Amino acid sequence: MASPMSPGQQPTIATENGRAARPVAVPSGAPLAVRGLTVSYGEKPAVFSVDATFPAESMSAIIGPNGAGKSTLLKASLGVIPRLSGDVYVFGQAIEKARERIAYVPQRASVDWDFPTTVMDVVQMGLYRRVGLLGRLSGRMAARARDCLDRVGMADFAHRQIGQLSGGQQQRVFLARALAQDADLYLLDEPFAGVDAATERAIIDVLKTLKAEGKAVVAVHHDLSTVRDYFDHVFLINVRRIAEGPVATAFTTGNLQATYGGRLAATHLDELSPTGGA
Amino acid sequence: MGAEFVQFSLTPILIGVFAAIACALPGNFLILRRQALIGDAISHVVLPGIVVAFLLTGMVAAIPMMIGAAGAAILAVILIEAVKRLGQIEPGAAMGVVFTTMFAAGVLILEQSDTSQVHLDVEHALMGNLESLIWFRADGWGSLLDPAALASLPDELPRIALVCALVVVLTLVFWRWLKIATFDEGFAQALGIPAAAVGFGLMVTAAVAAVAAFDAVGSIIVIAMFICPPAAARLMTNRLAHQVWWSVAFATMSAILGYVFAGYGPLWFGAQNAVSAAGMIATVSGVILGLACLFGPHRSRVGAGRDEAA
Repeated sequence: MASPMSPGQQPTIATENGRAARPVAVPSGAPLAVRGLTVSYGEKPAVFSVDATFPAESMSAIIGPNGAGKSTLLKASLGVIPRLSGDVYVFGQAIEKARERIAYVPQRASVDWDFPTTVMDVVQMGLYRRVGLLGRLSGRMAARARDCLDRVGMADFAHRQIGQLSGGQQQRVFLARALAQDADLYLLDEPFAGVDAATERAIIDVLKTLKAEGKAVVAVHHDLSTVRDYFDHVFLINVRRIAEGPVATAFTTGNLQATYGGRLAATHLDELSPTGGA
Repeated sequence: MGAEFVQFSLTPILIGVFAAIACALPGNFLILRRQALIGDAISHVVLPGIVVAFLLTGMVAAIPMMIGAAGAAILAVILIEAVKRLGQIEPGAAMGVVFTTMFAAGVLILEQSDTSQVHLDVEHALMGNLESLIWFRADGWGSLLDPAALASLPDELPRIALVCALVVVLTLVFWRWLKIATFDEGFAQALGIPAAAVGFGLMVTAAVAAVAAFDAVGSIIVIAMFICPPAAARLMTNRLAHQVWWSVAFATMSAILGYVFAGYGPLWFGAQNAVSAAGMIATVSGVILGLACLFGPHRSRVGAGRDEAA
């Protein structure tokens, strides 16, 4: 099993004189900390100068309207898309040194499910970093991949071609692949998009188990009505950072209005956010 | 099959098989990446590369021409990436822009220089000269053990065999990276796998295979072998490894059957002359693809997955 987080790890930027190299100090050892992140696809920035800190042993939601840069924030943090500026720290280390501590679930629609491969094969891709280019996939690793499939209730589908699965089943396979990575930080890009209720339940159970095991979970999330049930921590973004913090204090009507502008009706906001204004 | 077969048919068939396999292997990944057109693109840009190499060296020798062709192919790969990224357009359009422009430039240079007098004719570029790659000194299967006879093998044979071996080794060594970077590029990058470099390496490998095959068998086979055997193979199985084996089998079948049909087929029908081996090999690969479309066990899946998943 993975080692627990090492609390003594220091961020790599210098803070001796009380002033960090960047304006905001990096919290020591936070599972994921982003500083000054800017990403642009063309002229207009998709994410502008964002600072974000996602806490340990909790489930965090990245929330914002369509085109607000939620997925971009996640992908740029991972280095999947290039960042114009900014630094990313994973457990206080530069991300390049901490990749084996991260598991990633991309958007389901980002791949071609017609690809000639099986469910088990996809899950084993989560082990590729460990086995390397030519290393043998040991019996123990194969057993581990089967175990991960079992955890998402997909053990019976191990030898199916992935295109023959339903959307919810495909999402579970992606989650099983992330579990096979055996990481301390789980980053998920819209894990509940277009899945059936049973799959949503199965996924949230797995994520809550991860949290109970001391892992950190960060998910791009769309459905505001489930934020309170599923998550402990929210990060509200609309190109810039709007707010972040525990659900109880940051998931407020005022913050949601600031994030979504006029796109959410006031009555809707009241339903979502019984705690009232900020 | 005796001395005559070894002398006249063995080397062209082997060259055809090696060329077909060298192109079909990277073709598997290219069709899965929706980049199959790259084979077409590379075989077109080879022309300006060869013409420029001839103008610079004044020789019709194979080595400088292959260097010129490889240089043009790699330049094209870089330009396609640049057009794709800077223009933010889909890869097919970027390939179309780059290869038509470079091919047209090649035709212009060819016309303006005196190179049209030498062996650089378009027919050769299209068809290659597979039938002429015979083994003069061979006088039977025993020649395979005769060093003096082996020394007179056509140069194209060891060259394409070497490139084919290189492509096989690269495919085996980078198998996992190729698979994951083709299936899920974002996940590969998150793992720290250099997915962009894998994609670029695949294109360069395809370019090297295309140039070596072009030298021996012409561009018709190159274009056909990048697409037809892998596409037919995809219809036979839902496993990538099995697909690659099927594609090798189909490529080999196309080369052997195509050569035999071209050489002997017309005689069976009472005609006097053989037809182009390159053309027949490409045609056979197309027929195999057609049969796979009609009878392949997994034909209904292709193209259906994305709609369903979306």
